[in-house]
This record gives sequence, structure tokens and C-alpha cells, in this order.
Amino acid sequence: MTRDDVFKKAVEMLVKYKKAKLTADQITEQTTLLKDLEMNSARLVDMILDFEDEFNVRIEDAEADAVRTVGDCVELIMRKVS
Amino acid sequence: MKTRVVVTGMGVVSPIGNGLEAFEKSLREGHSGIRFQPELEKLQFGCQVAGVSELSEETINSYFSEEQQIGMNSHILFACIAAMDAWKDAGLEILPENSEKVHWDCGAIVGTGVGGIDTIGERLVPMTNEGRVRRLGSTIIERVMVSGASAKVGGLLGLGGQVSSNSCACSTGTEAIAEAAWRIEQGLCNRMLAGGSEGVSLYTWAGFDAMRVLNRNHNQSPEKASRPMSASAAGFVPGSGAGVLMIESLESAQARGARIYAELIGKAVNCGGQRMGGSMTAPNPTGVQRCIQEALTNANIQGSQVDAINGHLTATFADPYEIQNWQQGLQVTPETFPRINATKSLIGHALGAAGGLESVACVLQIYKKFIHGSLNCSDLHEKIKDYQHSVIQETQDFPDLRVLAKASFGFGDVNSCLIFKAWESK
Repeated sequence: MTRDDVFKKAVEMLVKYKKAKLTADQITEQTTLLKDLEMNSARLVDMILDFEDEFNVRIEDAEADAVRTVGDCVELIMRKVS
Repeated sequence: MKTRVVVTGMGVVSPIGNGLEAFEKSLREGHSGIRFQPELEKLQFGCQVAGVSELSEETINSYFSEEQQIGMNSHILFACIAAMDAWKDAGLEILPENSEKVHWDCGAIVGTGVGGIDTIGERLVPMTNEGRVRRLGSTIIERVMVSGASAKVGGLLGLGGQVSSNSCACSTGTEAIAEAAWRIEQGLCNRMLAGGSEGVSLYTWAGFDAMRVLNRNHNQSPEKASRPMSASAAGFVPGSGAGVLMIESLESAQARGARIYAELIGKAVNCGGQRMGGSMTAPNPTGVQRCIQEALTNANIQGSQVDAINGHLTATFADPYEIQNWQQGLQVTPETFPRINATKSLIGHALGAAGGLESVACVLQIYKKFIHGSLNCSDLHEKIKDYQHSVIQETQDFPDLRVLAKASFGFGDVNSCLIFKAWESK
């Protein structure tokens, strides 16, 4: 899977958690989850579970806690699948 | 001077239709919402029929974004739709969630009997027992906490008053409306959304089936299954849905030019103490009569001024006793007994939502001056035959309908009674 594939998939999965009016094509790797996407911080847990299911990986709590941006999500998933 | 309380909006999700127009049409035309439920047959329930409030994915998506749907199960979904409809019906605008405005003068009491039991049974218990707690996700608590429905409503609408879910079994929805009215009378807020919601879950219905209080005799003829006041009544039929009223101070309603459906002129809530013939599952008749009388006193009217009753009437053994309690409570005779109907004959018993759904039916009837027919009671119970002329089996216009009494009685020997009056602007 290329980084771009992972990015596109991650965005597709993230949009259901965003409250901000940003559209999917406005999201970049620099987009922050809590501030830019206005995600409810409680839903970060669900987002991580979704990534685990989709990419068949296990993400530890400490790794999840470090995620701030969409790019951080992509980086984490790439590390796990490689 | 006592603050007067009026109804300025309503919302409903029910087995006979969602939204006021569909609900009213079904009430008028006598459409039953009871259907055979194949899953209940598969799981060997005695009663295999129920009133299920159905919502298409399209309808749900028209109300809520995907993000808003996170953390919703059936009872929360029903409550939110009914509450949002009541809000809009009251002429108020729903502001986007990122609006900074909080409606400090409005709260919600939307109660439930068993709340998020579907989430508990389908996810929380099996996954926890399998050691998969980590996989539960973040939304279990907001779906199973008893206040789940009111909490979600409060967030969707930006409410800043009391936001709470009461719970008193089958009296819940009716009590919610009484509690909301008291809050307004005390000057603590201008308006409240009030009612009840109950989800679709066989885990809710299983306990009642095990108690043998559900009708097992009409699995092949579901529309005949809910038979309040009939000689062949054999237990209630479980239902689901949500009914929410916007209750408002008259001053607030008039100041903003709101349409007024009806006035809530009296209310009472009590318990029979599970004494004097009462128990966990059967009402103390003295308690019921006192509740009715207290509501009349609160309304400052005599029992003879009640034009119609919307009964609790579940199709259990208690129906004839309820009629007698109404007679004693209103201090009328069988000859002067007001007209009476049972909305549960169409929608089943929606438990914590019953009082909310049935209060919507009451306000529609008083506003539109009709009384809907009660289904399935042509074989009237022996002890109700003296009241035959009062039992409305076919929908009729009722131009003189001014005062309608609604009561609900719940497990725990708890009672609530509301007196609605036609709005007459002077």
C-alpha cells in the first residue's frame, strides 16, 4: 500500500467523525484532528479501532495518544503495515 | 398568580407513523401498528407480535449527520427525532451544533423505562464477557446511561435548562410532562421538551413475556392482538417509539406569537405505596383515585367537567379496575361517565414512551376536536359493559371536546395524571 493509498483511506474513514464543515478534499496531512476537524476527543478511541479493523493492525494506547494530525495517522498506519 | 402552561409543539415516532400528520391519520382511520416479529418466533417468545417504530436510513440521514448518529441506539434516535420535530413544530429554529448559542431558558425531561438495553444486550455484556473490553469503543456509556436520550437531545438543540431523563416505568412519559410543567410554573424556565422514548429490543420484551403479561393468542393476527377493554384481552402488546411535547409558559408563548395546541391545566403524580391492594405490578386503587382527584384539584375543575379520558388501558386484567377507578376518581356515574379510548389498541404499550406518545394523541384530539376509536373491544369486558356508551370504538368528531384527562400507571404502583384543556384565547 502506498502512503497516498493509506491517506485516502484514512480520510474516507475520518470524515464520519468530523464536525467541521471541511470537505474530504480539503483535508491534508497537516489537518489537525481536534482543532481543524473539530472531532470530539472521545471519538479518537473509535477512530483507532476503525484503523485497526481496516488495516488489520494493533495500535497501542501510547501510540494512539501521540496522534494529533491526519499525517500522524498515516505515519502510524504505514509503520504498522510495513 | 399561577403561571399557565401550554403546549406549543409536538413530535412523534410511532408504530403507526412518524410525524404528526401520519400519526393523526392512523389514529383517525384506526390503523394498527402491531406486526408479527419473526425474531421473536425464532427465539421462542410466547408473544411474537409488537409495535415497532420504523425509520428508513434516508429519514435518519435527513435528520442527522453521520457524526451525530454516533452514540445513538433506537431509543435515543426516536427521542431525538421526536424532540427535534417538537422544537420545529413550536416554531423554533434548530441552530447548527457549532453555534455558540445556548438556550438557557429551555430544558428537556425525556424519560425512558429501560433505555439502552439493546446496546447492553448486543454489545456491552457479550464483549465484556469475552474479554474484549478494549473493542467496545467510546460510545457505550452515552448509549446505556439512563439519561442517554435527554443528553443527546440537549446537545443537538443546545439546551441550557434542566436536561434529564426521569424513569417510573409505564408512567414515565406522563410524569415527564407533569415535571416539566412544574418547572415552568416555578419560573425556572420558559419552556421544556417533555415526554418519553422506548427502543426496539427483544431484551426489553423478554422480561414481560416471562411474566406472562403479554398476549400470546394473536401471533397469527397481529392487528387484533392489542385488545384493551375487551373480554378476550390476554395481556399487552409491546410497543416502541417516542412522543415529545414542547411545554411552555403562556407568557412566553404569547410573547413570541406561538401557535397554542392546548393548555395543561392540571397534573398530579403519586404512588400507591404498594399497599391497600397495590403491589409492584398492580395498582392500589385508592392511590389511582387520589391521583385523578389531585389532578382535578390542581386543574380547579370537577370530575363532571372532563369530556373524555385517554386511559392507561393496557389489555391486562387491570382494565376493568381502571374504569372503576376513573369513575370513583371523577365522582361520576356509569351513566355520566365521559367518553374513553385506549391509544394502546393501535400502538401497543410503549412502556416508558407510552405517556409521551399518548399525550401527543390527546393533544391532537383536543386541538382537532375528535376522539379516535379503540380497536379490538367489540367484545367488551363484562365489567365494562355498563360503560358501553362511553367506550369509543369508531373515530368520531367531538366539537364539544374541551377537557381531556390522560393517566398512566406503572410498575412500582406509580401514577400520573394530566388534564388538558382546549385552548381558548380570550
